[in-house]
Amino acid sequence: MTSDIIKTENLTKKFNNFTAVDNVSFTVKQGEIFGFLGPNGAGKTTTIKMLTTLLNPTDGFAEVAGFDIIKQKDDVRKKIGIVFQEPALDNELTGRENLDFHARMYALNKKNRKTRVNEVLKLVDLEDKKDEFVKNYSGGMKRRLEIARGLMHHPTVLFLDEPTLGLDAQTRRAIWEYIKKMNREEGTTIFLTTHYMDEADYLCRRIGIIDQGKILVIDKTENLKNSVGNDVITLSCDDLELLIIRIQKEPWIKKVKIHDSFLTLGVEKGEEKIPVIIEIAQSSGLKIKSISVRKPTLDDVFLSFTGKNIRIEEPEQKLKKMVRRRFRGW
Amino acid sequence: MLGAEFQAIYVMWLREMKRFSRSRSRIAGVIIQPLFFLVILGAGLRGAILPGMTGDYMDFIAPGIVAMAILFSSMFTGISVLWDKQFGFLQEVLVAPISRFSIIIGRTFGGATISLLQGFIILIIAIFLGVRVSSIAGLILAIIFMVLLAFTAVGFGLILASIMRDFQGFQIIINLIILPLFFLSSAIVPIQTNENLPKIVIDASFANPLFYMVDGLRGSLTGMNWVFDPLINIVIVFIICAIMMGLGTYFFSKSEA
Repeated sequence: MTSDIIKTENLTKKFNNFTAVDNVSFTVKQGEIFGFLGPNGAGKTTTIKMLTTLLNPTDGFAEVAGFDIIKQKDDVRKKIGIVFQEPALDNELTGRENLDFHARMYALNKKNRKTRVNEVLKLVDLEDKKDEFVKNYSGGMKRRLEIARGLMHHPTVLFLDEPTLGLDAQTRRAIWEYIKKMNREEGTTIFLTTHYMDEADYLCRRIGIIDQGKILVIDKTENLKNSVGNDVITLSCDDLELLIIRIQKEPWIKKVKIHDSFLTLGVEKGEEKIPVIIEIAQSSGLKIKSISVRKPTLDDVFLSFTGKNIRIEEPEQKLKKMVRRRFRGW
Repeated sequence: MLGAEFQAIYVMWLREMKRFSRSRSRIAGVIIQPLFFLVILGAGLRGAILPGMTGDYMDFIAPGIVAMAILFSSMFTGISVLWDKQFGFLQEVLVAPISRFSIIIGRTFGGATISLLQGFIILIIAIFLGVRVSSIAGLILAIIFMVLLAFTAVGFGLILASIMRDFQGFQIIINLIILPLFFLSSAIVPIQTNENLPKIVIDASFANPLFYMVDGLRGSLTGMNWVFDPLINIVIVFIICAIMMGLGTYFFSKSEA
C-alpha cells in the first residue's frame, strides 16, 4: 500500500537544447497540499503539464494516483483535476454550462451532474452567478469557477498552476480560503505551483523549491523556515565585508548572507542580538545605517537556497507580455 | 466506456450549437453575404449569357453560392480550434479522459450541422427565387454533396488550425488559398467550358477539389451545366472528404495544447 498520490523519478523535459525540467524526483502524499515554489521559467508549469499528460517527458518516470503518466494517460486523466495558469473557460457559455460541459466530458450521469454542479458552485460561492456568461465574470470569479470545475469529477488530486496570478490581494485571500476548504472538506490532494512566497507559506504543508528546472530542497514549510534561524536580522552598513569578518566568529550566528547592499543574519532571539551587533560594529569603527529583526519568511529560505530574490520578473510584466502575445494576431 | 465517448461527442456538438446560436453577428454574416451574391449577382445577371454556360445564370450561380456558404462556415469552425488554443480552452478539452478522435468527431459534427443549416437556408431561398430543381432524386443527391462538402471543409480548417500558431496567417490563407480555390471551382463563373480562359487555368481547375463538389452539386440539383456526371463526382468527392477528414484528425491529434 502506498499513500503517495504523485511519485516522480528523474522526470526530465527538454525542448531542443533547453532543459526545462531536470531530473526532478519527489512524492506527494495523500491529502496534503504540496507546493512548487520558484521564479517564472523555473519549470513549474512544464512539470504540471507532464503530470497531467499534456506533455510527454523526455526522460524519467512519474505516477499519478497509481497510474503511469505515459502508458496510462486515460486513467491518469480520470483521476486529476486541473486549473491552468491561463484561464481555460469558454467565455461564450454561462458558468453553469461550463461546468456541465466538464461533467459530460468526464461522463458523470444526469443525476450526479446536477447535484455536483450545485455542490461545487456552492463551494466557491458562485450560485447566484451561475447563469451569467463567463465573459462577464471578473478575474477572481473566473478563477473560482475554474477551481469548482476542477473539482467536479471528484479528482484524487487537483493541480493548480499559479492559482492567484494577476489577482488583487483580497481576491487572493478568498481563493486561498477556497483551496483550504476543498482540501479539508473534499479531502482532495493538492499540487500547486506559485512564485508567491506568502501563498506557499499559507497553503502548503510541504514545499519544493525549484529553480532552473532543478529541485533545490523539499521539506515541510516549518522546517524550511527554521533552517534559516528563528529570527532574521537585516542590516546595512558602510563596509559589509569587514562586518562579516568580524561577526562570523560569533557562535550564535546561524547563517550569513549578503544580497544587494544588505546583510541578513539567521539568529536565535533576534531582539537581544541587535545591541551585540551594534557593539561589534562600533568597536570595529563601522557605522550601521539600518537594522531590523523579523520572523523568517519563505523569502529568506529561497534566498538562502538560490542566492537570489524570487522576483526576477514581476508578475504584472509577465501578464502584459502574455496579453501582448495574445492580441498580436489582431 | 463507449457511452462516455458518445457523451463527449454530443457535448462537443452541443457547445458548437450554443456558441453559434448566441452569436447573432455570425448568423447574420453567413446568411446575408451569400444572399447578396445570390440576389444581386444572380438576379442582376439573370438574363445575361455567359460563355460556357447554358440556361439561366441564376440556376448556374445558386449551387455555387450554397457551396460557398457551406465552405466558409465549415472552414471557420475548423479554424476556430485555433481560437480555443489561444484562449486556453483547448487544454481543458485535451486533458479530459476522452479520445482525440471523439473530440474531432464532435467538433466536426457541430461545424457541419451549422454550415448545413446555412446551406439549407440559402438553398430554400434559392428555390423560392425560382431556381430550377431537376428532380427529387437530384435534390437528395445535392444534399449528400452538401454534407460531404461540409465535412471536407471542416477537415481542411482543422489542418490549418493545427499548423497555424495564431491568427497572423489567417488573412493570407484566405487570400492565397481559399479565394483562388473558390474562383477556380466554377461556383460563380464557368471555368472548364469557358473558351475565353487560358488553357492553363482550365487545366489547373481540374486539380481543385472544390470544383468536383460544386460541379456535382450543380449537376444533381439543376441537372444542367455539369462537366462530369454527378455520380462520378460523388465518388471523387467522397474520396476527397475521407482524405481531408483523415488528415484533419491526424494533424489535430498531433498538436499539443
